[in-house]
Amino acid sequence: MSAYAQTSKDSIIRLNPGFSLASSTGQDTNAYRPRRLRVDEVNLVSSYYKQNGNHSAVTGGIGTENVTDIANGIDLKLVWLGNTLNKNTLSVGLGFDHHTSASAAYVSQTGASNTGGSRVYPSLDWTVENTKKGTSFGVGSYYSGEYNYQSLGADLHFSAKTANRMGEFGVKLQGYFDHVKLIYPSEFIPTSTTTVTTVTTASGNSSSSESGGKANIPSSPRNTYTASFSYSQIVTSRLQIMFLADVVTQHGFLSLPFHRVYFSNGKDTIERLPSSRFKLPLGFRANYFLGDNVILRSYYRYYTDNWGSKSNTANLEIAYKVTPFFSISPFYRYYTQTAAKYFAPYEQNSPTQAYFTSNYEYAKFNSQFFGAGFRIAPPKGVLGWENLHELELRYGHYKQNVGLVSDVVSVSLGFK
Amino acid sequence: MTHKLVKIAGCLLLATSLTSCVHLKEYQKSRINDSEMALSNRKVERNELNFQSYREAASGANAGKTGGGCGCN
Repeated sequence: MSAYAQTSKDSIIRLNPGFSLASSTGQDTNAYRPRRLRVDEVNLVSSYYKQNGNHSAVTGGIGTENVTDIANGIDLKLVWLGNTLNKNTLSVGLGFDHHTSASAAYVSQTGASNTGGSRVYPSLDWTVENTKKGTSFGVGSYYSGEYNYQSLGADLHFSAKTANRMGEFGVKLQGYFDHVKLIYPSEFIPTSTTTVTTVTTASGNSSSSESGGKANIPSSPRNTYTASFSYSQIVTSRLQIMFLADVVTQHGFLSLPFHRVYFSNGKDTIERLPSSRFKLPLGFRANYFLGDNVILRSYYRYYTDNWGSKSNTANLEIAYKVTPFFSISPFYRYYTQTAAKYFAPYEQNSPTQAYFTSNYEYAKFNSQFFGAGFRIAPPKGVLGWENLHELELRYGHYKQNVGLVSDVVSVSLGFK
Repeated sequence: MTHKLVKIAGCLLLATSLTSCVHLKEYQKSRINDSEMALSNRKVERNELNFQSYREAASGANAGKTGGGCGCN
């Protein structure tokens, strides 16, 4: 007979907020005391990313896109129960990336700019979950800082389960308040303010002026507001699905000051894009447990925006459980997009246009991303280390039909 | 635009109709509760989603963040 059968459901919940089954009967269920703060989970994620291509926006749609990036992040999840049995979760995150970008050298015409840069991004989220009602409410904040770009974000999120607990509705309201440092290509820096100023890097920190002091570079705001909606539903004991929709508006300086555009007449200038953008991505997920060993994880997204880009994304991952605690997951993602109406390749934009870019992010292309991952989560811990409850390793190869290729390898460690 | 609204309305109608699909007891949720059945991205995917959002025009509707960070390298 199980521990559940020996006592009432209510006393289990009240005596054991962490849902331990090691309870005994006959205790005073009214003597509940809130569980103290404890570390529920710590996750570490590290990635190495390498890309190459020949359509850099810094050099107007031609030139190297060689990039390497090392990203590291740690997330700490703290949990405690309040007086009303609400579950409180505080998530504290910190990320640190370092990249090298070959094209950044050409912010300066001489190719002498710094090619390296770093980014740090802490985050904080507090969520209160009422397990009886099936609702949760939370607030979050986020910061990202790199030499030429600062971002401050905040969000409110709410979720509620349906009466039968088979479905859940979620909404999240986010605001990001960014500042883009106006680092122009060296040939466009006004001579009256430069003389010998060599503020020429997209992400590095080498700037100097004639007086020897650090140049004071102005920045321009970019604000992003997002309303995210989701609805998930358990359809059968093997199938669950989710609908996702985001409504995104952006305002402010949406181009990047060090992206060059070469017109059809041979002259060049910097990228110019509208000061507002509306995006509407609609997503759908379906996960199906096939037999006893296979999980099909699928995702589809339709995207449209008012700059003229439309896209479709389809992703399928097949997780095969070699054992209950070890799985291998090959995946394949196909992506296609139409060009934004402001995009044209090198020397194909017209100087009479109001807006123009040669950034291939806005070009017409399709991409494929494929690879495999594996996950180990044995009950006695990975390699016998009890605290390390999960290890995931994943490699992917990405290829656009406009020449950009990249590889990414990631590892995730979960500690309890 | 009308077609889009019809599609969205259709999805919402489908979602609403699914709420009465099934009611599972806890012991019937062993497969649904498997950690790899979660309707979310894997933790190990986090940086992949970042680079995709920087290299492609589309982003969002995948429960990831939809702003912040330049990605301009």
